[in-house]
Amino acid sequence: MGRIIVAAIIVTLTLLLLLTRMLYLQVLNHEHFTTLSLDNRVKLEPRPPTRGLIYDSHGTILAQNLPAYSLEITPEKTPDIATTIQALSEIIPINEDDRKRFKRLRQQRRRFDSIPIRVRLSDEEVARFAVNQHRFPGVDVQAKLLRDYPLQEQTAHVLGYVGRINKQELQQIDASNYSGTTHIGKNGVERTYENQLHGSVGLQQVEVNAKGRVLRVLENQPPQPGENLHLFLDMDLQAAAMEALKDYNGAVAAIDTRTGGVLALVSKPGYDPNLFVEGISSKAYKSLRDSLDKPLFNRAIRGQYPPGSTVKPFIGLAGLEKGVVSFNQQTYCPGFYQLPGHEHKYRDWKKTGHGQMAMEDAIIQSCDVYYYELARTLGIDRLHDFLTTLGFGSRSGIDLTGERSGLLPSREWKRKARREPWYPGETLNTGIGQGYFLTTPLQLATATATLANRGQRIRPRMVESIDLPDGTQEATLMESTQLSHVDPEHWEQVIHAMQLVVEGLRGTARRIRSDHYSIAGKTGTAQVFTVKQDEKYDEATVEKRKRDHALFIAFAPVEEPRIAIAVIVENGGHGGSVAAPIARKVMDRYLLEEARQ
Amino acid sequence: MTGISFTQESQPARPTGLLAWLHLDLPLLTGLMLLSGVGLLILYSAGDQEWALIQRQLVRLGIAFGVMIILAQIHITHLRRWSPWLYIAGVLMLVAVIFFGQTGKGAQRWLDLGFFRFQPSEMMKLALPMMIAWYLAEKRLPPKRRRLLAAAIMTLIPVLLIAKQPDLGTALLVASAGICILFLAGIGWQLISLFAVSMAALGPVIWFFMHDYQKRRVLTFLNPENDPLGAGYHIIQSKIAIGSGGLTGKGWLNGTQSHLEFLPERHTDFVFAVISEEFGLIGVAALLALYFFIILRGLYIATQAQDTFSRLLGGALTLVFFVYLFVNIGMVSGVLPVVGVPLPLISYGGTSLVTILAGFGILMSIHTHRKLLPT
Repeated sequence: MGRIIVAAIIVTLTLLLLLTRMLYLQVLNHEHFTTLSLDNRVKLEPRPPTRGLIYDSHGTILAQNLPAYSLEITPEKTPDIATTIQALSEIIPINEDDRKRFKRLRQQRRRFDSIPIRVRLSDEEVARFAVNQHRFPGVDVQAKLLRDYPLQEQTAHVLGYVGRINKQELQQIDASNYSGTTHIGKNGVERTYENQLHGSVGLQQVEVNAKGRVLRVLENQPPQPGENLHLFLDMDLQAAAMEALKDYNGAVAAIDTRTGGVLALVSKPGYDPNLFVEGISSKAYKSLRDSLDKPLFNRAIRGQYPPGSTVKPFIGLAGLEKGVVSFNQQTYCPGFYQLPGHEHKYRDWKKTGHGQMAMEDAIIQSCDVYYYELARTLGIDRLHDFLTTLGFGSRSGIDLTGERSGLLPSREWKRKARREPWYPGETLNTGIGQGYFLTTPLQLATATATLANRGQRIRPRMVESIDLPDGTQEATLMESTQLSHVDPEHWEQVIHAMQLVVEGLRGTARRIRSDHYSIAGKTGTAQVFTVKQDEKYDEATVEKRKRDHALFIAFAPVEEPRIAIAVIVENGGHGGSVAAPIARKVMDRYLLEEARQ
Repeated sequence: MTGISFTQESQPARPTGLLAWLHLDLPLLTGLMLLSGVGLLILYSAGDQEWALIQRQLVRLGIAFGVMIILAQIHITHLRRWSPWLYIAGVLMLVAVIFFGQTGKGAQRWLDLGFFRFQPSEMMKLALPMMIAWYLAEKRLPPKRRRLLAAAIMTLIPVLLIAKQPDLGTALLVASAGICILFLAGIGWQLISLFAVSMAALGPVIWFFMHDYQKRRVLTFLNPENDPLGAGYHIIQSKIAIGSGGLTGKGWLNGTQSHLEFLPERHTDFVFAVISEEFGLIGVAALLALYFFIILRGLYIATQAQDTFSRLLGGALTLVFFVYLFVNIGMVSGVLPVVGVPLPLISYGGTSLVTILAGFGILMSIHTHRKLLPT
């Protein structure tokens, strides 16, 4: 009896103890456990935005998103991955590159992420897998939007491409905004305008069970798609330039002189950017990377070439503007030039010499001796000073990544880079666009546009306008500067000489004269291979890759310029015969309505 | 027995009608039925609203209540006479399990008798307290040391056999039955403290003999966060379920931990977590009150028993019921290690249900046959 009462007391106390424990868990720590419970069941799922489209100036689609099917494996749900892949390969072709990509991606992703083993399945392959799906736990076909570049290599160097986000990029991007995104712009417009093209991620709050299956959507915040871009690029011009370059390697840059808009930007050879979207096979990549033609190299903004004689109008202008020479002042050309007190002979391309030369003739006939003398008179400092204002030696600031600055040599540069003083002979070489002097095709086109605009320098740009989310279009800003201390007479004199290069009887580009509009131009030839002092350059005996580069710059119409262009044909020989006709074809496309048909 | 005055008082209130004729105790029956009803309600939620599950549990409840009613009819003197034989048969069957037993869930517990599978350890939950009560009731209480030792050995034999299967939960319950009887028999407090001290000292020894999975359970109990996805998962998820229930709970059928399958064993051993999550502290308190009522009624019946055997057995059966409750809730709420003990009358499953209600049948027999004895 007594013991039963003791037992009853123990029972009562113990039950109170349990109740206290429950009080502790359910009331005192309620919030903590509620959070844990929510963490268990509510997951935030990112919804990636659709990437913005890219159009050319006529509304032709250059970059779009196409639905594509990929076969994906979720390692966590797949019992034996090696056997699964083996069995899959019996119904759907899976090659070595697919396996390698899978292996590589698998190391980067989490166990519950699905990883593509095959991409771009055909409809038939999708159907064949669907029938066999029950045999492959953890494997499924996923439909997603893949970036597609319908014009392939025509736009490769301009647009660049998107590719899977890599580790470095992962550290730079806003992780939350990219939480559902797998691809990012790697170069070209795709990279420069990544922020606009990407859009903002949407979020979906979902309830999941212990196995991670989504049961219902609690809250949905839709993604904001990326903004569409409209380029200045005109695919008619781009295609014409590609075609005109034929089998040559080279670059063409054409600029709308009124806006700075890039009408054509060609680097040949190109490549198919679609290969990079889902990861290029290492074999294909190697062959692109190791090709002597360097198809991955964007010559138009990264290629640095000696400008050769194309720089002569600018040097002439420098002489006039700096007041060291008058337009009609004459110099005698015996076919070579010697610095006072030096033995070394600086040769003219014309061995017999041009005779008496004023600036106009020196531009039309591209007399080297005239420019040796002019450069010496100017001196490297004034030369460097003036050419800098035209944009040589610095990036144009185009909205593309990877642009190179070229090289406009100066005393200071030489002291820093070479730890040597500047030699007078080097001024002579600079005066004819040789020696250390390097420019990119885009730089040449920009300087030509500045010349065409009589001193108004405009920053070149790819994108004309952006479609904003509210349905309106936002035009990109034109940035221009007017060169100071410009004497219009000097500019007209030089421009007139350039017009005679095309339209004069003895002009080096007279073969591209047009009956429909006036053209001002200048040919150039850049040495790739240095000919020794007493040797003669013979085109026939020099192997192809050592032949001279052919250059040509031009703008048109002369009176009211609309287009400025620079053409470089690698190992093309003479500028007048090879590069100039290419420029003419592009200008025709732009300026003659009938030529467009 | 000093309960004569009670008997005299209750004599005029002798119940009549069907319940009396069936030898059933109304308060106890009401409590048990209520509890079973609550249990079905919870199971409907915990078992994802599956009717088949409820139907199977209803059948089991029917059988178990049937067994209870049958046992209530049997006069306690018969039960007392059968006690030693039941015990001996039970021990023999436990030995048989070791040699011929069926294995299930990593433990050898079942004896296949051809027509049905039988779990001798379950029978021991009744046979052992009956045996000890019978043995100690032979002589005057409190028992002498020699008899205490004998009773301890009688308890230890089946406990060790069951622990070897291994079935720690049942061994614990059987042992607690023996200990409860010894306690009720009035063993000295010095002995009780000595027992407590020696148990503490035996801890490391017991550890040495434990199976790996048992050791893991103890370690997990001590620090569940060490292994949140493995052994600690049960207890962490269970605590989340309980804690997130709060004061008023998430509502019937609305528990997220259970319905989204985060809570394992949610309709068997961990069903208490479902109750806590869906009905909150208020629901838990109400449930504990119901249990408390049943336990108090059981203990009251024991105090009213007219002979030592009945008093010891009745008290022990009630206390074992309490141990079930305590071990289960203690485990689910993380104050005791995970031991496979169901929540009595609520957890899904048949075997323990039958044993528990059989125990209450004996309690009812003790209470209702009392008046037929000459006082």
